[in-house]
Amino acid sequence: MFGEKRLRGIAERVLAVSEADETEVVVFGLEERLTRFANNAIHQNVAETNAAAVIRVALGRRVGVATTNDLSDVGLERAVERATAAARLSPEDPDYPGLPEPTSVGPVEAFDERTAGYTPADRARDVGAVCRRAEERGVIASGAFRTAVHEFAVANSHGLFAYHPTTVADLTTVAMTEDSAGYAAGAAWKVEEVDVVGLGMEAIERALRGRNPQPLKPGVYPVVLGPHAVADIVAFITQMAGAMLVAEGRSWMTGRQGERLMSSGVSIWDDGRDPGGWPLPFDFEGMPRQRVDIVREGVVGEPVYDRRWARKEGKASTGHALPLLNPLSPWLSGGAAGPLPLHPVMGPGEHTVEEMVASVSRGLYVTRFHYTRVVHPRDAVITGMTRDGTFLIEDGEITTPVKNLRFTQSYVEALAEVEMVGCDLCRVRTGLGILRAPALKLPAFHFTGATTF
Amino acid sequence: MREWTDLALDTARARGATYADIRIVHRRVQQISVRDGAVNLLAEHETVGFGVRVIADGAWGFASSSRLTREEVQRVAAEAVAIARASAAVGKEPVDLGPPEVYVDTYRTPFEIDPFEVPLEEKLALLLAADEAMRRVKGIRVARGNLVAQRDRKTFASTEGSFIEQEITEVGGGIVAYAVDETEVQQRSYPNSFGRDQRTGGWEIVQAMDLPGNAERIASEAVALLTADPCPCEVTTLILGPTQLALQVHESCGHPTELDRVFGSEAAYAGTSFLTPDKLGTFRYGSPVVNLTADATVPGGLGTFGYDDEGVPARRVPLVREGIFVGYLTSRETAVRLAKMRGEDPAKARSGGAMRASGWNRIPLIRMTNINLEPGEWTFEDLIADTEHGIYMETNRSWSIDDKRLNFQFGTEIAYEIKRGRMVRLLKNAIYTGITPEFWGSCDAVCNADHWRVWGTPNCGKGQPGQVAHVGHGVAPARFRNVQVGVKK
Repeated sequence: MFGEKRLRGIAERVLAVSEADETEVVVFGLEERLTRFANNAIHQNVAETNAAAVIRVALGRRVGVATTNDLSDVGLERAVERATAAARLSPEDPDYPGLPEPTSVGPVEAFDERTAGYTPADRARDVGAVCRRAEERGVIASGAFRTAVHEFAVANSHGLFAYHPTTVADLTTVAMTEDSAGYAAGAAWKVEEVDVVGLGMEAIERALRGRNPQPLKPGVYPVVLGPHAVADIVAFITQMAGAMLVAEGRSWMTGRQGERLMSSGVSIWDDGRDPGGWPLPFDFEGMPRQRVDIVREGVVGEPVYDRRWARKEGKASTGHALPLLNPLSPWLSGGAAGPLPLHPVMGPGEHTVEEMVASVSRGLYVTRFHYTRVVHPRDAVITGMTRDGTFLIEDGEITTPVKNLRFTQSYVEALAEVEMVGCDLCRVRTGLGILRAPALKLPAFHFTGATTF
Repeated sequence: MREWTDLALDTARARGATYADIRIVHRRVQQISVRDGAVNLLAEHETVGFGVRVIADGAWGFASSSRLTREEVQRVAAEAVAIARASAAVGKEPVDLGPPEVYVDTYRTPFEIDPFEVPLEEKLALLLAADEAMRRVKGIRVARGNLVAQRDRKTFASTEGSFIEQEITEVGGGIVAYAVDETEVQQRSYPNSFGRDQRTGGWEIVQAMDLPGNAERIASEAVALLTADPCPCEVTTLILGPTQLALQVHESCGHPTELDRVFGSEAAYAGTSFLTPDKLGTFRYGSPVVNLTADATVPGGLGTFGYDDEGVPARRVPLVREGIFVGYLTSRETAVRLAKMRGEDPAKARSGGAMRASGWNRIPLIRMTNINLEPGEWTFEDLIADTEHGIYMETNRSWSIDDKRLNFQFGTEIAYEIKRGRMVRLLKNAIYTGITPEFWGSCDAVCNADHWRVWGTPNCGKGQPGQVAHVGHGVAPARFRNVQVGVKK
């Protein structure tokens, strides 16, 4: 772990050597350890120690960016030179909002010493327990168990400085028999809140229950979507809730703000300060994250803003700027996608999954979706497969496991017909956040194809 | 570099590793993106670090760090061994890499014009010219353009005695235009979707793309798509253009032939594969005109290199020969495991050279190299002329496939109805779906070498923690019979 003093020192070095009109530096620190298992044995087990700086300089409205993980004085100076050279060549950016003045960001506790100190032996013990139980039940377990320490610091030449250290742990696991599979996953900033063995057993039991799946004709069926299936819906809905996509007409929200588009039981928001998720109290411009209601009781709310899109649209930043580039992401993705929610939540309802199943005379229970992609963005029409536990519901009971189905379905239309909302939320790691979602009961879901298993 | 590699390998050995390798990677990436006449991002990205991979107590361990100092190299090598020992506590069969692979060599991507020497002004001018040409077309809501140059300098050394230095240079570029009306969004990309096409080589690759010269055309197509007829829902003949066919090969041949996936390594992430070892050598994957190879030696391919990331030379490996499934993408470990499983001599097992890591901070996984559909005999003109009724689809817009790589559904940006041997009508929102071996079994024509080229896929995801591989696909347009297009209601 680097600590605030070290990251502040890196930031101060950058600001000291830069001769630009404005300079911003975002420093990322990472110590990540991940244990991966398959066939009831650990097959990959890795560790990464990394830190990198993203430097943005502005010469008037000419902006250049450089990243480096060489955090020596020489490395930082070279990065500042590269960013400055890029800025000199860049045309003026009419939408450049300038860098923010210092602002107050209240700290949020999200660091757990036990998680930070979790060892390879600790992870092997937990994973080994899952593998042993799978072996005992004649099931093959696979998965990944990760513990990590992240540090973020944002500083700029106007005197802004923000620092946030945090931990995270997450598990995904799939258990398989010859003809079935089961899934479970969890995430939290405290490792003790990820019940590795309990989740492993959930996947094992689901796989055993799914043996001998039967083919089912595609069509429109009532569904109970398990929380991990709903997590996919919430992810797509919120990934289209950035101000840029809305302004460009490429979002389901475009032209629909204030409209009652979904069922009254549907509320979806983003809250980067909620300790029940994985809090990160400021964005990558150093602005405080605010809760944004994307859908409130079925009514379309506001998109999220960074300072650029806030300026363009005459709004205030909601603290949702992404890093211009995330130097620790293998995708090197970043702010070119515009502002986006990182901490989405779909609010819970009052029903248990059992109550939802009991209310269905003939329909399907879907554990989760797989390989989902946008077909038409304006109505969030998505295609994907069911996976790891799809079951027929008959007369209020889960009866027969069924082979996996392809769906092509508007997620917006699905959320317009919600009949019941689950009382428990799953927690799913999504990049730099944790998404939370309940189970849902829907009267109709469009399954448009089938596979052979 | 020898100082660092020797230190890591000596430390790993001293800690009890029976095998170790180290990769030191320096990566430089230049990214330029423009959006609606303004520069969206002008960035230089640099990362350097090392990863140490070891076998101790018969199990794998890997540790990596961005701090290239003597103390850190020793710490990381020791950590890798400690991790391997923890792995061994939940292990089964000890890792067997088979016979040693020992090479001392260098490799450098050939290019004509160093992309990092081309002035930024020239690159910006190119993108802004294309952007302006797109925005001149009435009805375009958003125009975007991207250029990427990447250079990896990689050093690999192993306790078996290998010491390999490589310099891989890649260049990519692309533009996209969005047209939007009250109900939908239409997009057209050039030369490929996912923001760009990318290849190994120099700036000459981008010059040959002629982004400004294609900008108005694709923008006009995007606008025309808004009022085009929708793709019908029917079973018909389908001709896939090259970039969509590249994606088809990627998802339905490339991923299912990854032998680590077949053995379950990815079961908890993107899934497994229907191409189980019992099918090797006998399973009919496609029609007799279907020949697929993994070829890391193709000039300019995005999956072209000298050696993979466990030090195995680039190779050309047949995957499907005259429609029969005959080979996998392999690593040293999986090649040995497969040989043992099939009762073959493991001492003769050889990796196909497909182990690749997305950076210094990731372990190598089996990844695609250039997965190619070998050319057939048709000209494109003859293929269209020979088609009585069907649909031509090009440029991927959405892609989804199940977790054994069987049921797929792909959508394309643009399509045309074919009637009596001619492309007669523009179609929008084109989708087709199928089951992999049935689909390839319905392939009755592949265009010839004049229409064949390698396309780059710079966004191939796999593994936990996530890795993004840069892979290539050589294809020429091909025809498929009796394909379900559109979505059944």
